[in-house]
Amino acid sequence: MSGGYWLTIVEGSWLTLHLALGSMALAVALGLAGAGARLSPLRPLAWLGEAYATVIRGIPDLVMILLVYFGGQDLVNRAAALVGHEDYIDIDPFAAGVATLGFIFGAYLSETFRGAFLSIPKGQVEAGFAYGMSRWQVFRRILWPETVRLSIPGIANNWLVLIKSTALVSVLGLPDMMFHAKQAGDATRQPFTYLLLAGALYLAITSVSLLALRVIEKRFSLGVREVQL
Amino acid sequence: MILDFSVIWENLPQFLHGVGVTLQLLFVSLAVGFVWAVPLALMRVSGSPWLNLPVWFYTYVIRGTPMLVQLFLLYYGVAQFEAVRASLFWPWLSDATFCACLAFAINTSGYTAEIIAGCLKTTPPGEIEAARAAGMSRLQMYRRILLPSALRRALPQYSNEVVMMLHATSMASLVTLADITGVARTISAQYFLPFEAYLTAGAFYLVLTFLLLQLFKAAERRWLAHLRPQRR
Amino acid sequence: MKKLFLLFGALLCSLASGAAMAEDKPLRIGIEAAYPPFAYKTPEGKLAGFDYDIGNALCEEMKVKCQWIEQEFDGLIPALKVRKIDAVISSMSITDERKKSVDFSKKYYYTPGRLVMKAGSEVKDPLVDLKGKKVGVQRATIFDRYATDVFAPAGIEVVRYASQEEVFLDLVAGRIDASLADAVSIQFGFLQTDAGKGFATVGPAFTDRKYFGEGIGVAVRKGDTALVEKFNAAIDAIRANGKYQQIAKKYFDFDIYGE
Repeated sequence: MSGGYWLTIVEGSWLTLHLALGSMALAVALGLAGAGARLSPLRPLAWLGEAYATVIRGIPDLVMILLVYFGGQDLVNRAAALVGHEDYIDIDPFAAGVATLGFIFGAYLSETFRGAFLSIPKGQVEAGFAYGMSRWQVFRRILWPETVRLSIPGIANNWLVLIKSTALVSVLGLPDMMFHAKQAGDATRQPFTYLLLAGALYLAITSVSLLALRVIEKRFSLGVREVQL
Repeated sequence: MILDFSVIWENLPQFLHGVGVTLQLLFVSLAVGFVWAVPLALMRVSGSPWLNLPVWFYTYVIRGTPMLVQLFLLYYGVAQFEAVRASLFWPWLSDATFCACLAFAINTSGYTAEIIAGCLKTTPPGEIEAARAAGMSRLQMYRRILLPSALRRALPQYSNEVVMMLHATSMASLVTLADITGVARTISAQYFLPFEAYLTAGAFYLVLTFLLLQLFKAAERRWLAHLRPQRR
Repeated sequence: MKKLFLLFGALLCSLASGAAMAEDKPLRIGIEAAYPPFAYKTPEGKLAGFDYDIGNALCEEMKVKCQWIEQEFDGLIPALKVRKIDAVISSMSITDERKKSVDFSKKYYYTPGRLVMKAGSEVKDPLVDLKGKKVGVQRATIFDRYATDVFAPAGIEVVRYASQEEVFLDLVAGRIDASLADAVSIQFGFLQTDAGKGFATVGPAFTDRKYFGEGIGVAVRKGDTALVEKFNAAIDAIRANGKYQQIAKKYFDFDIYGE
């Protein structure tokens, strides 16, 4: 087994992680915006948020990635041409991958945040007002921290799915773990070996994530009474 | 913005054929995966570590690795070995549709087993006590009370799993199959119209997702009626 | 929370800097590194191959900085059209069909198309002898085009793959009966490797100009005539000063330029 190919796959894990973290950051931002839109009293805004969540969750990740990579850049170019911008505005492949995955998982997270927000007992908000807090204070001191805490399981689940979805950006030629594993396997005619290695690395990442998330969940749940079974 | 959809219209028969392939992959994988998941779930809730641990490991690996890796391993990886190619399984494993269905079925069995196991574990204690009080044996209890109850309560989560599976079938295009995404890729490559081709593919999946969700809503209305808030 | 905002801010910055860097533009060349001996990756993960070497020589001749961008073959022309890359040097054949979408330089090599099957197979007339059989091709290649237009209507099943490597993998596995591909890629990328034992090129050479073109050229965006001129001049230059022959000798013991 040629030593070199193994290394490229491990190097690819660095890109995989960066991709996942970047996408997650974008997804959280879009998720909050989406949830905010859906909960807003403004009808068109609520409809937009709903459409965003429904449409994105109805299209496979792979199709979305192919559409954004080829269609997105094309639209940017056509728009740029319309305003007379001669030169190209380049969206680099990594940014395209992050944008796509962030966009997709933003839809799922908007559902998570919305659900978390809606499940906060109304009594807590009423208590806040009873104390004379302003609307902004109620949001900042009561609603926001509670939403964060209740969203953690949802964010955790989406993170695990996101890590696995990053494998799909290999079809864009992004040199992540999957891309290198496929290339190595094709070149050496030993796909099983390299795919297994990539699989093991993904498993390692998800395992570490699971452990880390368990710790985070415990920390955010300090002082919350667990149901006695 | 001038989008050329005439090409899509001309190739609509191809797309419809692709829908057929997608649905075939979906239903076969779901059926096989579900049947396989039930005994797995039963083992998963067992007290005995001999039954519990292997299944835990099985679902752990399946849920911890990308579907794409699993698919490529089964299609390209397994075919690498001379021993496999000479075995009596080869006529099956050499067929792309079989490989894809197998990979999808294994994947969904892992997730579905966890869903069903979770629902079994959260069976309302009252149902179990009532079954015991009625004098049912373990087998009877499982067959008449526990499994039907768990399967019903699993419907919402399972509907998510089914939609996930529909989306996962798009990966079959990466192993030569001409499903919706595969047709879109071929058209995009032939006519250099990626945007129109993938938009069409997305539209097809959107419609299918909507139909599936409607199906599950109807199923929930029928089978989860007992859990709905009562309207007087 | 703060960390999230920082991450998001960093992401926006990197996107912006990517856009700003349009000033210091290298020439971006698209290549699919899964087509030995023309384009492939060494075990250390480095690009290599005839296309790669010729491309670098051309850039040196044109005195521009080149940036190689890897892409799947069927994504090369779309990437060219949406300005992700400025040129394609990836064994792309010059055909009339493609000329509708892109412009080409003059050729920099020429090889015919051949069928590869298990050694000893008899193929006198492909349309007759391959009927009912499966032929694997790489998506978006001239071989895909030919197979779709000529083989498929004749009752031959065409199976499409993302890369030629995948085609060879399935040929060895017995999932397909034959592959229509470039003669040199078959020879060097398959027959000369361990996996290719027991296989051979069979049947006639495919030279129909309509499908198999006038040779391999550098593809650029339609209308980018300035770049075409530059490449043509560079190709002439490296053929004149011996650089071309030097590179070709590394890979082939025959004249790959063709007539």
